[in-house]
Amino acid sequence: MKFTKKTKISSEIPTASMPDIIFMLLIFFMVTTVLKEHSGLPVNLPKAKRIEKLKSKRHTVQLWVSKDGMISIDDRLLSVDEVSMVMYDKRVADPQIVVSLKGDEEAEMGLISDIHENLRKVEALKLNYSTKTLVD
Amino acid sequence: MANKRRFKGGEIPTSSMADIAFLLLIFFLVTTTIDTDKGLGIVLPPPGDMEIEIRKENILNCLINSQGKVLLDEEPTAIEQIHRIVGQKLRANDKLIVSVKSHPKTAYNDYVRVIDQLKMADAKRISIANSN
Repeated sequence: MKFTKKTKISSEIPTASMPDIIFMLLIFFMVTTVLKEHSGLPVNLPKAKRIEKLKSKRHTVQLWVSKDGMISIDDRLLSVDEVSMVMYDKRVADPQIVVSLKGDEEAEMGLISDIHENLRKVEALKLNYSTKTLVD
Repeated sequence: MANKRRFKGGEIPTSSMADIAFLLLIFFLVTTTIDTDKGLGIVLPPPGDMEIEIRKENILNCLINSQGKVLLDEEPTAIEQIHRIVGQKLRANDKLIVSVKSHPKTAYNDYVRVIDQLKMADAKRISIANSN
């Protein structure tokens, strides 16, 4: 008596589509990777220890202050008095806006103080002095 | 005769493709940095010059000159020592307000270092005076 042969169940994991899956993941990461774009002024940020992370980029405005006293918001060079004008519009559009002040180490406090005053004038009161992490 | 052998295998070897793709994937995973803004947070006072009377013993004056030298309540202090001294004073008096005043020519770096020191001492009430 002959037994009929059972159908063979393959016990292997199909690996033929593996490269496709991985390529898809690869493309996903390539697309989502944003290379750090340098918009703003060349600054050497100061270093500090007790730093906190800014929560969301959406509510953040970057204000650049270079060492020779140039101020820039959104890739536009501004004078000190224009800061309040630009910031007023931004604060009206988003009341919980946070200003991330990217000041150069060698910037002068006189200018920073003027920026403080201009920010106060338009009630953009949440400020963050952007720094690098100090490792000791 | 020799010609027949040449056309034997017409396929590209794909078995190592997954490995190559994995390698690329790992490369991109490692090099991806989500850059976050980080720094010292501070809240500015609302506009308008309002005068609040504060008792003298509750104020700690912190002056920074243009050379980055710090005067803490008339006492010349090294920047690295500020957090220790302010910490002591805060423990003695929890209503203490630290008033930071800097010269217009003070470097921003020195100012940030002082603020960092105050944060290290857990000083919650920091007042920034206009330096002009």
